[in-house]
Amino acid sequence: MKILVAIKRVVDYNVRVQVKPDGSGVATDGVKMSINPFDEIAIEEALRIKEQGQADEVVVVTIGSNDSQQQLRTAMAMGADRAILVEADQAVQPLQAAQVLLKVIEAEQPGLVITGKQAIDDDNNQTPQMLATLWNRPQATFASKIEFVGDNQINVTREVDAGLETIQVALPAVVSTDLRLNEPRFVKLPDIMKAKRKPLDVQAMADLLPNATGEAIEVLQHEAPQPRQKGIMVETVDELIDILKDKGLVS
Amino acid sequence: MSKVLILAEHNGDAINQSTAKVLAAAKQLNPEAIDVMLFTGDASLAGQIAGHEGVNQVFCVTCGDNHDQLAASIAPTLADKGKGYTHVWGPSTTFGKDVMPRVAALLGVNQVSDIMEIIDANTFKRPIYAGNAIITVKTTAPQIVATVRTASYSADKTSGGSAQIEESALSTAAEHTSFVRLSTGDSDRPDLQTADKVISGGRGVGSEENFEIVYQLADKIGAATGASRAAVDAGYVPNDMQVGQTGKIIAPDLYMCFGISGAIQHLTGIKDAGTIVAINKDGDAPIFEVADVGLVGDLFKIIPEMMEKL
Repeated sequence: MKILVAIKRVVDYNVRVQVKPDGSGVATDGVKMSINPFDEIAIEEALRIKEQGQADEVVVVTIGSNDSQQQLRTAMAMGADRAILVEADQAVQPLQAAQVLLKVIEAEQPGLVITGKQAIDDDNNQTPQMLATLWNRPQATFASKIEFVGDNQINVTREVDAGLETIQVALPAVVSTDLRLNEPRFVKLPDIMKAKRKPLDVQAMADLLPNATGEAIEVLQHEAPQPRQKGIMVETVDELIDILKDKGLVS
Repeated sequence: MSKVLILAEHNGDAINQSTAKVLAAAKQLNPEAIDVMLFTGDASLAGQIAGHEGVNQVFCVTCGDNHDQLAASIAPTLADKGKGYTHVWGPSTTFGKDVMPRVAALLGVNQVSDIMEIIDANTFKRPIYAGNAIITVKTTAPQIVATVRTASYSADKTSGGSAQIEESALSTAAEHTSFVRLSTGDSDRPDLQTADKVISGGRGVGSEENFEIVYQLADKIGAATGASRAAVDAGYVPNDMQVGQTGKIIAPDLYMCFGISGAIQHLTGIKDAGTIVAINKDGDAPIFEVADVGLVGDLFKIIPEMMEKL
């Protein structure tokens, strides 16, 4: 079985992003870029499934600028066998990303697609569900555990508001990862060297998907969030309780 | 004029408050009609929605074998009904997040995720980068499929409505997906997502056993309990207690946290709280930058003292 992992290049999660003064976007010049953390978990899970003998190839794909090759190389240094870059000049919205990924699926015929539940830049949390829909296959979102059970079935434990939900889905399927699925491995230097020789195929999005459908959502403005008013520090529990009582929060 | 179709959410026994929050947001559109679609194994739940003022009709779709919880099963029915509406909205809970993008894909539109403010029927504000930036977005899609950020709206509490209830049976159950089980951390405490008061703990609490004093304080003041990602990852508490970007986004009147340093991802989950109280032994912890009241000290001394004095 082949596993396809879809990843995205995003501003590193440790960076506190700043909105540009003119409201046209957030400042990304010179900012550290990384693999979206949820996608890194997706790569790790695919590698573990391969190491357990349930898969024989892990292919990683991204849609983005040419710079995204760096993140694909990192994924291959982690252990992915090969990579596909669908090159796009502009940001791609979830429905279009799902349409592109469906084209890649049609060419690659994976038995399982794993991707992060959301990218930490746009926080949309849409692409995996949309991809499963367009592909007409099941989805298991927010996964914290994947188990192979019987023929072509997986049990996926999902982190939901009420607790942990387990569903069974037939393969092929789309799984989106949550934080506690695994802890991604660190990349070692020799693996970085090895990854340079692994195949990385570049295709233009316009060639792969000449007729994207569905209108884009227009972004009119970016702004910084309203800051909370500066609070006060107290020295004792008595002072704290007095304030809470004054506000009517405790009796 | 707008016509809104809302996806209702329930926990098997009752309609979740998230539904009333989406209803409150939908009312801000001043629409011509608001209808609600409920997927459930128990049709009697529909009455809980029909009583809200401003709801015209409740489509109650009965489902067997827990298919009401499976996005692949319910999305086709919701999308098909949604074709007759300008807005198809659901809550930005794990349930809504699972279902609504499927509906959007079936309708061929991009989704507006996590609406926090409505400018007009086509223009909305939503957070990105874990709430570190807010964008204003506009869409002229024939159906505006969206999730509503529940912490941004107060639940609609109207009553006396008399919406019609139309019952039908689910005809789009997916064959490739089945429900196996749901494990919930049973607790008598208030629900974290809707509680007026929340007491939470972080890595600083130190262990599962130590969380006991956090629970005791919560019970003393009638609060729900929450936790940081670090505490969940460390195994001190179950995942359903996690507050933050990838956990629950909450807006209680009082949020009091112990031993939480305040990673950006956690702050995202609490920034709509009325009063944030932080207790941490590290005076430089980022949580103090957002706290309304801060106290530097040892939680194992402070909690017992509070227990005694409250």
